[in-house]
Amino acid sequence: MKTYQEMIFRLKQYWADRGCIITEPYDVEVGAGTMCPETFLRVLGPDEYRVAYVQPSRRPADGRYGENPNRLYKHSQLQVILKPTPADVIEQYLGSLEAIGIDLKKHDIKFEEDNWESPTLGAWGIGWQVMLDGMEITQFTYFQQCGGVDLDLVPAEITYGLERLCAFLQDKESVYDIQWTDAFQYGQVRLKEEQQFSVYNFEMADVATLWKLFELHEGECQRLIDLYRGLDTGKERFPVLPTYDQVLKCSNLFNLLDARGAISVTERVGVIGRVRKLAVGVAGIWVDQQFTNREVAA
Amino acid sequence: MATRDLLLEIGVEEIPDWMIGDGLAHLSLKMGELTAQLGGTVVMAEATPRRLVVKLSGLVEREADREELVSGPPKQANPQAVEGFAKKNGVTSADLELVETAKGTYFSFRKQVAGKTAIEILSNGLPGIILGIPWPKTMLWPGKGGARFIRPIRWLLCLLGEEVVPFAINGIASGNETGGHRQLGQHRVAVTIDSFEQVLRDNFVILRASERRAKIEQGLPVGVKADAALLETLTYITEYPTPIVGEFAEDYLSLPEEVLVTVMRFHQKYFSVTDASGKLAAKFVAVMNTAGDADGLVKHGNERVLRARFNDARFFYNVDQQKTLAARVHDLKAVTFQAQLGSYHAKTERVVTLVKELGGDAAAVRAAELAKTDLTCEMVKEFTELQGIVGGLYAQAQGEAEEVATAIYDQYKPVSMEDTIPRSRAGQVMSLADKADTLRGCFGIGLIPTGSKDPFALRRAAQGVIKILAEGELQIGLKQLANGVEKLEDFLIERVKYYCSEIRGYAMDEVLAVLSAGADNLQDVLARLEAVKAVRASEDFEPLAASFKRMKNILDQAKFTPSGKVDEALFEDASERALWKAFGEVAARVQGASYAEVLAGMATLRPAVDLFFEKVLVNAPDMAVRANRLTLLFGLKTEFSGIAEFSEIVPKTQETHA
Repeated sequence: MKTYQEMIFRLKQYWADRGCIITEPYDVEVGAGTMCPETFLRVLGPDEYRVAYVQPSRRPADGRYGENPNRLYKHSQLQVILKPTPADVIEQYLGSLEAIGIDLKKHDIKFEEDNWESPTLGAWGIGWQVMLDGMEITQFTYFQQCGGVDLDLVPAEITYGLERLCAFLQDKESVYDIQWTDAFQYGQVRLKEEQQFSVYNFEMADVATLWKLFELHEGECQRLIDLYRGLDTGKERFPVLPTYDQVLKCSNLFNLLDARGAISVTERVGVIGRVRKLAVGVAGIWVDQQFTNREVAA
Repeated sequence: MATRDLLLEIGVEEIPDWMIGDGLAHLSLKMGELTAQLGGTVVMAEATPRRLVVKLSGLVEREADREELVSGPPKQANPQAVEGFAKKNGVTSADLELVETAKGTYFSFRKQVAGKTAIEILSNGLPGIILGIPWPKTMLWPGKGGARFIRPIRWLLCLLGEEVVPFAINGIASGNETGGHRQLGQHRVAVTIDSFEQVLRDNFVILRASERRAKIEQGLPVGVKADAALLETLTYITEYPTPIVGEFAEDYLSLPEEVLVTVMRFHQKYFSVTDASGKLAAKFVAVMNTAGDADGLVKHGNERVLRARFNDARFFYNVDQQKTLAARVHDLKAVTFQAQLGSYHAKTERVVTLVKELGGDAAAVRAAELAKTDLTCEMVKEFTELQGIVGGLYAQAQGEAEEVATAIYDQYKPVSMEDTIPRSRAGQVMSLADKADTLRGCFGIGLIPTGSKDPFALRRAAQGVIKILAEGELQIGLKQLANGVEKLEDFLIERVKYYCSEIRGYAMDEVLAVLSAGADNLQDVLARLEAVKAVRASEDFEPLAASFKRMKNILDQAKFTPSGKVDEALFEDASERALWKAFGEVAARVQGASYAEVLAGMATLRPAVDLFFEKVLVNAPDMAVRANRLTLLFGLKTEFSGIAEFSEIVPKTQETHA
């Protein structure tokens, strides 16, 4: 039986063989692989790109103190971005399943409509959830818009839920029983983290501190966006990427506050709107900067 | 003339099942129109999630040639101009003829236009038709400047007889190849029109939806709950459907059946199964998109997924029981109903008050207090479609009275016009109050539906109100429900019109006539409608209705309000006296009678009314005589206008003329 890490190695190798850059996870907390700059910013603009990376995704509200066999505060996604989308993208995707030992002739695979939308990122796409024997194993999306900006080249985003895929391959009822290696199980590696972060996220995180942090990062982000907008020259060296990190910080703090029960339903929409404003702002200056870079190069 | 068949297959990545029917119908219609001049007839339109296929027969090689008359300079024009016109058309002036028209005589040329070939017409027309299919939501690919379609097109098969009809969309050129089943068939395989369907079958694609549907139905075991909508979905998310039966552990059956069925039906697209006694069995049917499951892997996988889902549901159920619904009322303060309308706690308080106002009993009041508390339960957060139902089940489990639990369970009914209303009186009143509160609140802050915009589903709420009032036989007025808000009252009356005409099948003019005479009490409206419908069959009714219209016009024109009684001494004609007498008799006879009897009585007045209008000029020169006649007509009209405004009745004969 294949181990968790072996499965990841094979998927990475598979996509590397198809021209993808393999990067390590982005080192800022995100709620989904889509939010990493390697996806969110790279899909914008006319440059081709192909990348695959494993991204731990933190969703504080999904934490279950390590007690639910299928729900995790932090799970791992393999995120693949193919920009532009190759014509045989689905065949390539199905090939990746074969690469991890799934005999396609012996399983049931369906592509069921599931469009993706992230109000916080001003992003949406059209696609499916891929069902393997009744279980969702992949989210497949053709991005159409990001940060409120129409995309020049429509990329395919393929997001594999690694824990559940591996639990399927190893026929485990609980993700904690997954063999990470032959000698170690998933629970030995991650259970403590799930327990402790659940305690912190649900019970102990200081709401006032989280709000203060949110406002600090929001302020810094907006300050930078405004600075860029005021520039006549020197746009090409402006730190747009650090500005975007501030958006990610805000997004994660929002998720924490939400899990902590500190955001009422009424406030929710407003706070999402604040994060969205930053995301859209950064997307706008990123596109502008790429355009400026082109002009400078020409 | 020899004709050829045309076959078009658009190979697409998986189209959402619910969009396929309309998209295919549009494509088929437009292809029929495109080839009408060629004699084409659509003989097949079929689709799977990955292909839209239309086949036509009877296409000729080319359109018929035709003659076009090209007008040139007028008769009196100078020869150079005439020569120039001829030259432009590639002929000499000797080939021109003088043609007389209404505007004058012109040098003209009869141009022979060769009909376009079928290939030309198809090559030019098909790309636009294909890209013109109106999908509910489209995507752009491969980027700016590309095409929009429901999902990317991956191949185009287009054959006219043996010949490929050449065209391209987004760089994909048409050809003679189709695509097989993703896992079991060949990726691309060449076909002819005749071999197409068989080649698909050999490659594990059943083209015809009827055949896929039948294949699913034949594979369903005894005891499967019929579910036409699910069957349709499964027919259109598969190319080669094969049902398999799976099992789950019996102990999950201790969970509410509604929860189990929802998980299976909505989350997993499984059919549920009942045992011989009609109770839910520990089985399900999944429909695979593949040929078989020899090793049992698919069954095993589906069972595993369902087990995880059921475990979640059980976990939610147990967590939810740790706090009763009654203890959750306070928690509703944190759940927003609508930003300006406050929390569900505030809504609950309003609905409780309204239930009391509407005469709800203790059970209805209690149900209203607890109705929204299930929104704070984990089960509803996970399975939102079970709101209300979960509340009802929990109320029962927590020892609330049966009527209370039932009312909570039914609170969102009717969810559609086909759905039934809440079963109990308490449920009806509570549901009515809930919907009326939503309507009042939204209208109060200006959230009034316009056109297709109705984000709070207020039309559905209002429709529910009307259906509950009508079918629950509740004596509650629309004015009271609208709380004096005229716009809301009008909105409800619009729904009454819809309900009476579309659901109950009354003629629209009858509905309008009855509502014009009063719309507040729906029971009364329905009783009057039934009476009007019954009397309409009598031959005297429509002419009499026409006479009522005439009376109304006369009275309106005279702006008349009677100041006294009819004075028999002022009658000049026998017809006046006769009408007065007949009216008096009928009025006395139908005193306190049913609407049907009143109208039947009214219909007997027709000869007297006809004679009156024939013999008498209402607007007599003598003002006293005139006033007396108007008073008679006013009395007559008023006597019956409480039932319906007969001037709204459109005579059937007149209808056919119009």
